[in-house]
Amino acid sequence: MKSRSQKKELTWSAKLAALVVKDLRVELRTRYSLNVLIMFALVTLFALGVTFTGQILTFRIHAALIWIMIYFSGLQGLSGGFVKEEEARTAMALRLYAPSSVIFFGKLVFSLLILTILVVFLFPLYYILMNPEIKRFWIMLLVLILGIFGLSATSTITAAMVSKANVKGALFAVLSFPLMLPLLLIAISATSVCLGGGDGQTLWDSLKILIAYPVIVTAVSFLLFDYVWNN
Amino acid sequence: MRNLDIVKIFLGILFCGVIVLSFVTEKPVRGFGDEFRIFYYHVPCAIVSFIAFLVNLIYSVKYLRSRNYLDDMKAASAAEIGIVFGVLATLTGAIFAKITWGTYWNWDIRQTSIVVLLAVYGAYFALRTAVEPEERRSAFSAVYAILAFIAVPTFGIIVPRLYDSLHPKDTLMSGGKIALGGTVAVVFFGSLLAFTLLFFWLFNLRWRTGLLERSRMERSYE
Amino acid sequence: MINIAAEKLSMRFGLRGVFKDISFELNTPSSMTVTGPNGSGKSTLLKIIAGLLVPTSGKVRIKSDSDELKGEEQKKIMAVVSPEMNFYDELTGAENLEFFMKASGYPASSEDIIESLKRVGLEGRGDDYLKEYSSGMRMRLKYALAILKRPEILIVDEPSTNLDISGKNIVYDLMNEYQKNGILIFATNEDNEISIAKERIDLVS
Repeated sequence: MKSRSQKKELTWSAKLAALVVKDLRVELRTRYSLNVLIMFALVTLFALGVTFTGQILTFRIHAALIWIMIYFSGLQGLSGGFVKEEEARTAMALRLYAPSSVIFFGKLVFSLLILTILVVFLFPLYYILMNPEIKRFWIMLLVLILGIFGLSATSTITAAMVSKANVKGALFAVLSFPLMLPLLLIAISATSVCLGGGDGQTLWDSLKILIAYPVIVTAVSFLLFDYVWNN
Repeated sequence: MRNLDIVKIFLGILFCGVIVLSFVTEKPVRGFGDEFRIFYYHVPCAIVSFIAFLVNLIYSVKYLRSRNYLDDMKAASAAEIGIVFGVLATLTGAIFAKITWGTYWNWDIRQTSIVVLLAVYGAYFALRTAVEPEERRSAFSAVYAILAFIAVPTFGIIVPRLYDSLHPKDTLMSGGKIALGGTVAVVFFGSLLAFTLLFFWLFNLRWRTGLLERSRMERSYE
Repeated sequence: MINIAAEKLSMRFGLRGVFKDISFELNTPSSMTVTGPNGSGKSTLLKIIAGLLVPTSGKVRIKSDSDELKGEEQKKIMAVVSPEMNFYDELTGAENLEFFMKASGYPASSEDIIESLKRVGLEGRGDDYLKEYSSGMRMRLKYALAILKRPEILIVDEPSTNLDISGKNIVYDLMNEYQKNGILIFATNEDNEISIAKERIDLVS
């Protein structure tokens, strides 16, 4: 038998990349999450467009609409990464072969990629159809990136829990809502400042929380992940 | 007589005292109506629900270390009672809001945050009913309780700074316009003590009945 | 040399007890079979040994040349074959093997992958999607992954599930080979399989 120690072990990030590539490959072949997510976003956008024809929306309403769309569309796909592993009964093999830290961050990155695709698709469409005025475009972009990072970060561990529960879809929304709400409210407040202009200090405060909150949640979730994944 | 009986009797007397005094002493805020008397009940309920959730957090952390089902049972008991007091705080707050501002609900950030707090622990119990077996349920709910405790302060402390609040400035802080003093303080802290003792008494009863239920089920298995 | 020792393992799911006070010790090379009626906890015991479940009480210690291995290190020297474990339907057989080896940190070359597929009789089927595989072929692919990983401890739950005669023969050869070089632990109730192992634990329900 060849001894393993003679072979060089892959780095942590190479293992992470392998997991993300696997997830993307499976996703692109099945569109398990993306189809539902994009269709959900389209339907919502369509409904909004029809409802608000000819109305002038305040920047606050625009900000809320953008985040509500991202949040509800995201809910359809964010738990997919873990739920699919559990439903296809592949979770056992994954646990045996991949370290749990790789799985945690791999799924986080995967959620982030899915949400990025969603936003890249949704935001230009929203801009064209709903015509909001954007005063601070680059900061707005930053808020979007931080916001979806936050949504992925807060949903990773709840998705792992939900995948092992008896009821899945509804429970994910119930569990992640309280964790995501602070983030959403801050993202909405920051976005509305970016759209309509306003107090720069509030914007700066919001950005700080938009960075700190997901980082803290990620750190704590990561520390607690083993209790969920290995149970 | 057991210690618990002494606490029970003391609690009964204390509550009678608080209830009577809260109505007969001077009004808590000079120049305002009798409706402010609700603060003797509203604020202690809010504080006690917070204490309950803190107890839930402590036993959740303890469970993850010990893996002892008793810790999980205590965590769940504390959360249950916390929800009851949280609902009471919300209701008393809504009554006060109706009298003072004319509507039961104002989407004030503090009102919203207590609802989020209740949503967190509602979700906690939704999780508990959806996960099996017992060990997994206990571990998951402990993890969720710890995570929730990051969201709650963010919500209660940081978010209100970005949104405006209608809430009367913290009455307990003497820096505000309405300072707490004299008989008002006596009644208020008496009430706070009474509610806190009530919580620990209920908590004690709740986890002990939980233990009885469990051992009865255990017997039926064997 | 690997030493695996289980000390007084007990497992309960909630209030239902599965088994109590299971102890054993194995050194390379050796083999052990776990037998017992359905529901007696064979799969549960194997999962505990593989580190997939935490026992209610007791402990599994694994030592490599007297150094005790922890969590992730234990996983590295083990391979598990079980009917409960699935691979990805959306990937091909070879992609599955490639992914799991990469995730474990020791990527397999395409020659190694072809070689292992040949060994389990899946020659030429590596580029087919797993959803086109029969249940027997899926089982064979799990053995191919175990071969690629070259574990010190091989854990097999119901070795011949879904396999035809030629599949069974491949698996029995493999098991015989492993118990000469490493530690083989498997759960079964088939008489001809029980006889492969040197030691035996019998669970009662």
